[in-house]
Amino acid sequence: MNFKTFFAMLSRDAHVARRNFGPLLAQTLLQPMMFVFIFGRVMVTSGYMPPQYKSLLLPGIIAISMVISGAWAVAMPLISEFQFTKEIEDRLLAPMEMDWLAVEKVVAGMIQALVAGLVVIPIAWLVMGSGVVLSSDHIVLFIVLALLVSLLASVIGLTLGCSVGPQHIGLMFSLALAPMIFFGCTYYPWQALQKFPVLKRMVLINPLVYASEGFRSALVPEFPHLPLNWLLVGLGLFNVVFFSLGIRQFRKKALT
Amino acid sequence: MAFGAAARGAKSAKTTYEVVALDDLTLEVRAGEIFGLLGPNGAGKSTTVGILTTRVKPTHGHAWVGDFNVWERRVDVKRLIGVVPQRPNLDFALTAREVLTFHGAYFGLPSAERQRRADALLDRFKLRDRANQLLHGFSGGMMQRLSIARAMMHDPAVLFLDEPSAGLDPQTRLLLAEIVREYNEAGKTILLTTHNMEEADALCHRVAIVDHGKLIAVGTPLELKRSIPGGFLVRLHFSAAPASLVESLGALPGVTEARTSSDGQVDLYADRGGALIPAIVSAATAAGVTIHDVHISEPSLENLFLRHTGRSLRE
Repeated sequence: MNFKTFFAMLSRDAHVARRNFGPLLAQTLLQPMMFVFIFGRVMVTSGYMPPQYKSLLLPGIIAISMVISGAWAVAMPLISEFQFTKEIEDRLLAPMEMDWLAVEKVVAGMIQALVAGLVVIPIAWLVMGSGVVLSSDHIVLFIVLALLVSLLASVIGLTLGCSVGPQHIGLMFSLALAPMIFFGCTYYPWQALQKFPVLKRMVLINPLVYASEGFRSALVPEFPHLPLNWLLVGLGLFNVVFFSLGIRQFRKKALT
Repeated sequence: MAFGAAARGAKSAKTTYEVVALDDLTLEVRAGEIFGLLGPNGAGKSTTVGILTTRVKPTHGHAWVGDFNVWERRVDVKRLIGVVPQRPNLDFALTAREVLTFHGAYFGLPSAERQRRADALLDRFKLRDRANQLLHGFSGGMMQRLSIARAMMHDPAVLFLDEPSAGLDPQTRLLLAEIVREYNEAGKTILLTTHNMEEADALCHRVAIVDHGKLIAVGTPLELKRSIPGGFLVRLHFSAAPASLVESLGALPGVTEARTSSDGQVDLYADRGGALIPAIVSAATAAGVTIHDVHISEPSLENLFLRHTGRSLRE
């Protein structure tokens, strides 16, 4: 392992992300923010939704923002660099074992997911106006979950980025990311699926469920949420699965 | 072994989708030489470079760079080599200067050294005035120059250039040749691939001619050209080429070999060119055939390739 090379690549990614910070945020955060405004502000203020919905919604929005921006930050450059511009070649020829380049991409994606999470909390708070009540009693749990979720975002990005062709980016969004968001217990708690027993079981294969339910358990524990051991096992398992898949696809792409 | 064999692709054969890109190709590049791999498109040149630069895993055989078996010691090999790919793969998220400085950082160069080398290379490759721009507006030639500068950034002992002059204007081509020679004079080994025999002839100390993944000939350009029987190639196209005509053409003074390559086509290898024409016309008249076309070419690597494969390099 060559740390100098690893950190040089990480600083390259940070440099590029800083340069594209504005467009990157708009790309990944605008949609959840509009959702926050319509459902958290307009619907609540006009009386169609109860005021508590604001607090219920926020953890789900944090989860979406982190997962989408982390996955996007890893997947999009990989898709174009591997298949389009081939510009990753230069880094594959750097004096470091190839797998570490995949690890570097994952770390860079984690940082971007964490930044997205940090940015989205105050913005959503402002957009929704008064009435958001978050608990600060489980701050350590929140930090652990945030790290696991950012890793999840990154390894999903690694898998998608090394599996999807440039001509299928639109399809990736509508077939993978959109269903993940809507069936990810982001806008409603898992408990709300009580009357849909089949769906309730099926959504458990969606990694985003564990992210939004996890943030709910840490920030608004008074609402129903999955038990802690389910959450940790779910997040851990999906991290392992997507990391192994992602690295396998990465090796396939990196060598000809 | 010191830096004896700079790049040794021993029996490296790569099989993908049942297409054999390299078939029992063995060659040795000596330290400090400019070595050319000459062959038409699809000959296996890029696959050879890919195997030697850790980017392609051979299905059989071994490749060595210096003391290192390429596949087993990839990281050590990567420190020794600089690679200029056939298609520029520059980092489009960066400016020209950053392409160089980040590349230096990947190879562990300290910051001041990175800046110093980047400045020197930007000057040498005449890119100074575009140094701080992103690459989107760069022309093909500028990108190619930057690719080569990047490959030299960490001062590698072996430089691989895959079709370096493809698509370059004559002026940039000259600059490139000058830089390659200069780098070689600093004691570096250079392996370049090309399908341009003039380039190989002018630049390389030794040349290997490859086709369909097989080594056809290897030697200095002069040795290779001398190995062509006669040296001159006279390509004739008749209305028909009966065996008696081919025989009488082969018996002409100065002709070492007469071969029929396709319908009505006869290739003469001879020690003279234009001086043969009157005798050829007489022979054709005697055989009762008409001459459609005559083409005389002087001794060249192109002729050598043609002699071994029956095809032109440009085909």
